[in-house]
Amino acid sequence: MAMLSFEKKYRVRGGTLVGGDLFDFWVGPFYVGFFGVTSVFFATLGTLLIIWGAAIGPTWNVWRINIAPPDLSYGLMMAPLTEGGLWQIITICAIGAFVSWALRQVEISRKLGIGLHVPFAFSFAILAYVTLVVIRPVLMGAWGHGFPYGIFSHLDWVSNVGYQYLHFHYNPAHMLAITFFFTNALALALHGSLILSMVNPQEGEPVKTSEHENTFFRDFIGYSIGALAIHRLGLFLAINAGFWSAVCIVLSGPFWTKGWPEWWNWWLQLPFWS
Amino acid sequence: MKMLNGKTLVLAAVGAAALITGCEAPPPEVVQNGYRGLGMQTNYNTDRLQASLDANVPPEPIPAATPGGPKAKDVYKNVQVLGELTVAEFNRLMVALTNWVAPQEGCYYCHVNEGFEYDGIYTKVVSRRMIQMTQTTNANWKDHVADTGVTCWTCHRGNPVPEYVWTSDPGPGQPSMIAPTGQNVAAKSVAYASLPYDPFTPFLMQDNDVRVIGETVLPQGNRSSIKQAEWTYGLMMHMSSALGVNCTYCHNSRSFYSWDQSAPQRTTAWYAIRHVREMNNDYVVPLSEIIPDSRKGPLGDVYKIYCTTCHQGAYKPLYGAKMLKDYPSLAQPLPEGGLEAVKAAKEAEAAAAEAPEQQAKAEQAEVPVPAPAEAQPAQEAAAPAAEPAPEAQQPAAAPAAPAAAPPQLRYPPPSMMQYPPAPLQYPPAPAPR
Repeated sequence: MAMLSFEKKYRVRGGTLVGGDLFDFWVGPFYVGFFGVTSVFFATLGTLLIIWGAAIGPTWNVWRINIAPPDLSYGLMMAPLTEGGLWQIITICAIGAFVSWALRQVEISRKLGIGLHVPFAFSFAILAYVTLVVIRPVLMGAWGHGFPYGIFSHLDWVSNVGYQYLHFHYNPAHMLAITFFFTNALALALHGSLILSMVNPQEGEPVKTSEHENTFFRDFIGYSIGALAIHRLGLFLAINAGFWSAVCIVLSGPFWTKGWPEWWNWWLQLPFWS
Repeated sequence: MKMLNGKTLVLAAVGAAALITGCEAPPPEVVQNGYRGLGMQTNYNTDRLQASLDANVPPEPIPAATPGGPKAKDVYKNVQVLGELTVAEFNRLMVALTNWVAPQEGCYYCHVNEGFEYDGIYTKVVSRRMIQMTQTTNANWKDHVADTGVTCWTCHRGNPVPEYVWTSDPGPGQPSMIAPTGQNVAAKSVAYASLPYDPFTPFLMQDNDVRVIGETVLPQGNRSSIKQAEWTYGLMMHMSSALGVNCTYCHNSRSFYSWDQSAPQRTTAWYAIRHVREMNNDYVVPLSEIIPDSRKGPLGDVYKIYCTTCHQGAYKPLYGAKMLKDYPSLAQPLPEGGLEAVKAAKEAEAAAAEAPEQQAKAEQAEVPVPAPAEAQPAQEAAAPAAEPAPEAQQPAAAPAAPAAAPPQLRYPPPSMMQYPPAPLQYPPAPAPR
């Protein structure tokens, strides 16, 4: 992969968090760095462990491979490899890989002298995952509360955990998270289609600019958020989606064991209309 | 700016406090019901679980009666159901019953000045029928109550009328232009969801099919509607809150209908629904005629049984405390010869089971409880035989029904037809295509 002519300009030394100059180099287009090495290490080890888990499991059907967490009886201890220990080590690998990836983003940002918005945004995805497999299990007292690694099996977990609280759609944080996810999709669709419409004018017309973008949205909904702020809005919607997802699941179990419909009784108990 | 910061801080503190006071403290008590990682588990708040454990304790058993002595039927008049008991055991049971059902009111809750045998007071007639119901439950419904069984205390807990009962719910008042839907209020009966708030009538009285899901991958002939599914879900919400469990106590939600993926508890629940239906139709509702209006719901139907009546928030009533073993007279309808006859029959059964061991094993595999199944017809034959010969006067109102075929009940009763309007009824399946 050849380097583009202007890329050289951005391949500057320094900005590393760990390891100094030792890993401060590129492999093809990819910056390596200390955290690039750890990313590859954890991702490879974790993937191989999943493959090994599949090999000692009952099926190679990719939909049905299942690496399940330990029984609840193991509490917060390590479990034997074939009885959930594998899940525990794979979880460590996953967190190692995800956090390494975020820190590699930090190093690249520092190298370029730009803000840390990208690793900040990515860290919300990591937060949601860590909430599911570490924070909530620790609060509930057993690693077995984590979700299993498998395509069908994790869907079964999601379904059953929802039904543990009778009707999960009554979970207020889940409502917020869903709303943010959907709004995020709407905003991205509006923004993406708007940009594509500007750069694909009618035959013979020049490519349009932000004046046209603003005018379209002022005609359409009376307001244009603007070229910069649409990205602020997108970031806001996306990280809130991840954040409230984490909140909705960490509430369920550690902080709420009843059915979620019942949570809304505070509304019925407000004194001035009941 | 400083002022603003102070105000913001106070506001944030109030917000955080409100959030925290609504929360429970981790960790919860969790029981795993399925394979690891499947998410089938029951979650208990430790404080509420402890409160429930403390609240669901049976009373100390009354010391056993001295064996032997004359039969109650030979000493007292008009003893229709418990006549085969010895006088000592009979009186012991009467004392227990008073403690369980009418501790404040005492004997005179059911027995009045006209004499202990007098049947003119409805509470006595109801009690007799309830004793029969308890005996039948313990003998015939072991798939539901197992050997733990039930006693009067299981439901009554010291109240003349069990605390948790249901009647047809007219629902909240509606503006006249809006047809009542029978749903969309945060009803306690369905764990505060918006589901139909009276799922008991169609499933615990009528025998509508609880199952609405199709058995084929593609929609081929299953005409159950989403509306019907909501009634099913309403019943399931009731069962969950009655037992203090969630959906995954019985079901693997990836496949609610599939028996081979469900927990064994679902089998018990299947029998339980049918058992409660029988109790309501054969025992409770036929008493409507003699029960006064003060003991009926707003639509004039009697208080009926649902899951909470016995379970009261526990997955097993009284958390499985074996109360029945101390009161064997409630364990089955009493045959000729009383408890001695029951004991002898059981011993004979055990001896027979021991002799041809392999044969017995094969039989047990097919019929889980051979003893009551075989003993039952004989006992039932004995019980009605005693009925047509009541010694004392029997008022016309007394339910002579049990001996004959139980009256087939219509729901709703004709007196109710003006209200509630039709939409409150369990919806019929859509017309076939």
